[in-house]
Amino acid sequence: MSGQILAVDRLSMRFGGIVAVNELSFEAERRKITALIGPNGAGKTTVFNCITGFYKPTSGAIHLTHEDGSAFALERLNDFRISKQAKVARTFQNIRLFPGMTALENLMVAQHNALMRASGLTFLGLIGASSWRQAEQRAIDLATVWLKRVGLIDRADDAAGNLPYGDQRRLEIARAMCTEPALLCLDEPAAGLNARESGALSELLLSIRSEHGTSILLIEHDMSVVMEISDHVVVMDYGVKIAEGTPQQVRDDPKVIAAYLGADEQEARAMMETGS
Amino acid sequence: MDYFAQQLINGLVLGSIYGLIAIGYTMVYGIVGMINFAHGDIFMIGGFIAMISFLVLISFGLTAVPVILLVMLLVSMAITALYGWTVERIAYRPLRHSFRLAPMLSAIGMSFILSNFAQVAQGARVKPIPPIITGGHTLHEGATGFNVQLSNIQIVVVVTTMVLLALFTWLVSRTRLGRDMRACEQDQTMAALLGVDVDRTISFTFVIGAALAAVAGMMYLLYYGLVDFFMGFVAGIKAFTAAVLGGIGSLPGAMLGGLAIGLIETFWSAYFSVEYKDVAAFSILIVVLIFLPTGLLGRPEVEKV
Amino acid sequence: MLDTKPAFILKKASLSALVALVLFSLMIGLRTEAGPEGKLIYWTRFGDLATIVAIVFGGSIVIELLRQWIGPVGAAALVPAWLQKLMDFVGRWLGPALLGFAILVPVIFYDQRYILDLAILVLTYVMLGWGLNVVVGLAGLLDLGYVAFYAVGAYSYALLATTFGLSFWICLPLAGILAAFWGVLLGFPVLRLRGDYLAIVTLAFGEIIRLVLINWQDFTGGPNGISGIPRPSFFGIPLTADEDGFAARFGLEFSPTHRVVFLFYVILAMALLTNWVTIRLRRLPIGRAWEALREDEVACRALGINITATKLTAFATGAMFGGFAGAFFATRQGFISPESFTFQESALVLAIVVLGGMGSQLGVALAAVAMIGGFELFRGLDQYRMLVFGFAMVLLMIWRPRGLVGHRAPTVFLKQSRAISSDLVKEGHG
Ligand SMILES: Nc1ncnc2c1ncn2[C@@H]1O[C@H](COP(=O)(O)OP(=O)(O)O)[C@@H](O)[C@H]1O
Ligand SMILES: [Mg+2]
Repeated sequence: MSGQILAVDRLSMRFGGIVAVNELSFEAERRKITALIGPNGAGKTTVFNCITGFYKPTSGAIHLTHEDGSAFALERLNDFRISKQAKVARTFQNIRLFPGMTALENLMVAQHNALMRASGLTFLGLIGASSWRQAEQRAIDLATVWLKRVGLIDRADDAAGNLPYGDQRRLEIARAMCTEPALLCLDEPAAGLNARESGALSELLLSIRSEHGTSILLIEHDMSVVMEISDHVVVMDYGVKIAEGTPQQVRDDPKVIAAYLGADEQEARAMMETGS
Repeated sequence: MDYFAQQLINGLVLGSIYGLIAIGYTMVYGIVGMINFAHGDIFMIGGFIAMISFLVLISFGLTAVPVILLVMLLVSMAITALYGWTVERIAYRPLRHSFRLAPMLSAIGMSFILSNFAQVAQGARVKPIPPIITGGHTLHEGATGFNVQLSNIQIVVVVTTMVLLALFTWLVSRTRLGRDMRACEQDQTMAALLGVDVDRTISFTFVIGAALAAVAGMMYLLYYGLVDFFMGFVAGIKAFTAAVLGGIGSLPGAMLGGLAIGLIETFWSAYFSVEYKDVAAFSILIVVLIFLPTGLLGRPEVEKV
Repeated sequence: MLDTKPAFILKKASLSALVALVLFSLMIGLRTEAGPEGKLIYWTRFGDLATIVAIVFGGSIVIELLRQWIGPVGAAALVPAWLQKLMDFVGRWLGPALLGFAILVPVIFYDQRYILDLAILVLTYVMLGWGLNVVVGLAGLLDLGYVAFYAVGAYSYALLATTFGLSFWICLPLAGILAAFWGVLLGFPVLRLRGDYLAIVTLAFGEIIRLVLINWQDFTGGPNGISGIPRPSFFGIPLTADEDGFAARFGLEFSPTHRVVFLFYVILAMALLTNWVTIRLRRLPIGRAWEALREDEVACRALGINITATKLTAFATGAMFGGFAGAFFATRQGFISPESFTFQESALVLAIVVLGGMGSQLGVALAAVAMIGGFELFRGLDQYRMLVFGFAMVLLMIWRPRGLVGHRAPTVFLKQSRAISSDLVKEGHG
């Protein structure tokens, strides 16, 4: 048993009067894919923003534990350190690539911290030391590996902003992976993809989990993707957790159906009974 | 204590002038999101036009001070407003949907054009006029022989500012044009879809801003008794500082920032050194922004990611 | 559909003329001046007013005709394909050609002191432009007070040299370091400000430095500035007519041109160093992080990039180059005063960067040549010069909002380096 990587403990986030996340607790297992689902506005992205340090939670705690036992209190870590030290990478619901840089450059930027060290905080790089040149080549190689895996190797030298939507989504995942994360948070990676593309995405995520041992936290609307790949599903509505379990358990939970249909529990139960 | 009270009065008067200019910056920023660098020079043009119209009125043999002032004010506001309109039309509208720096550079260019136009057209020397509004009141006779004075011109400056501010607030909050302006501020595309004439609304914003700057220019002329072609730059950056200090985009903020800058400058001159008054104003700006990154009344910008 | 009806054009032109009439009625129609007793008098200049209004009328007819001629096809149609090819070819060789020409300038124009001086001035601005380009063009931080670092460099050298008698070659790095230090000092608290807040703070900082230079009489000499700043030596050998001067030692006949030529090569070397370092930095993680920051700050944070440190290094690097240029300026002039460090200088350097095409080294160099050279062409116009300069700035921005060089070169490639259209490149929020 490899234990939990992430434990969210009674997390709350308020914006003025709005309670976007209310006393939410859940856990994510190491080397598993945990899906966070719920209707629009349920507070999923806000949870991500708290985990990755873009918002400071109003209250609650977020614990991250690495395999070697080192632990981080993410709610107290400064934003860039969450990626740098706690090794949490993320993608964004509205893709945030560096549009004026090539696909390859995007992946090079992702390796910033490693390369910074290799370039002797720029000085070794400035004089063109051979150790730096080797490190740079290794970085290019890593980027190449990921470009191949997401099927973008032929577009390596094209501006990211020029890629079609589906390619941009995959490039963003590759970029996150280039930081060599322990936990990868994906915010609606299948949004806007066609059936073939989301099938490929499912495969990619499964291979990331199995080959790299990266744990994945996934927000997704596309139920086919969620059902196919997730090991554990947490369902949110109005900022609170309303259900959790295996994909199968969650799918059959009337509370979940009610949340998605906007009806109350009794109605949903009635509907399901008459429907089946 | 008396000395303090006197500086307070002086500072508030100066602050009113800065506030009037700052409103123009804040409005334009709110609606098109750019620093209108030429705005300080629009203020200068307003001062010049007030000065020239004063000379003309005097040479026509007019002596009734209220009439002179009213005509000066109207002429200056009208012509300066046209300057504001023209500047937007020539230098900013073609760059409306362009990159952020292009309109800024264009605005800096416009500022050079306006100040050098005034220099070429009216000469580089300072233009002094005789005091138009004289007299004042002694508010408090100090024991040491220092009296707290409130001159009539100071009253005129503050009252004019108040009245125009009230008028203007009414315009923005109650009229259709004001509503259109606020709509454009929120979302131009949406406003256009809902039938707001965006071009016209933006022009109108520049016109109002310029008209208020003209008032400030005239008040400056009356208060200091002179104008020169270079005054737009310093007054402009201080007024912009005021707008930022108050929280750019916020109208009460602009007035508040203007008063703050006026007070800082006056008190610093009075108690420390005149030479470093601008240094004090700019340093306080930097310090305030470090602690309140969006100014005193600015809405904190929560970034949605 | 095009409305080419003369009536329409005339209507537009008349409207413009009417606007001009109102705008200029008082400002040009009347001329004021302080009379003998200090009282203002005025006289009329209706002739001038009529001329200007007529010019506006005629001008707007011409513009309207031009606009309809170019019409909706846009400016692209004006450039035929073969010309585009030619321009691409020229573009590839322009940089090396320009460099070759620059190296030969003192040879070609040895007898023309004026041209040499102008070339030195142009190169100073090229260097300033390249320095500011790091901050504005690469990192996307809007710095409106760049001249402050130029001033710090100039005053550092002037004061170190006049009080401690240190030589130029020792002071040069010190001036750069001091300027970078001031860059960090300012940058540290303010770099978390965004966009126009940063712009105004840097502007304020530039003004503070200038005002302090004016008012701190004991230290800086106040408005009178510092004079008698030592000229640079040829690595220890003074460029004078003395026995042990440069000319005597090398068996040459003394000529004041030696010094000018020497200064020319010094600034050329400094500018090229700036260029080399910048190009190098762009390919290092720090430079890529600058550009990434300009593209998307939020994404940078998500990738574990320390935003503050990254911004600070950009700011300090730019400031350092400004400081070097300032030290050079001081030694070249032999005299400096706060007047040389006004906001107009900052605006000029910023205009060079933006007109050059943000981030493009070649573009910045071209823009510096065009701006400073053009500015020099209008020297005869005297007080109309700034007016022309202002118009040039407005028109250039409308013509090419993204600058002369409209693309970005990738810093690394797998198979083939393809230029990226500047439409995709962001310009930062900072
Ligand atoms: N920065 C913010 N400021 C104010 N309200 C916010 C902010 N971010 C999110 N919210 C609010 O929080 C709620 C949850 O939003 P979000 O987390 O984006 O939902 P989801 O990702 O589940 O669709 C929404 O009501 C949204 O308006
Ligand atoms: Mg969301």
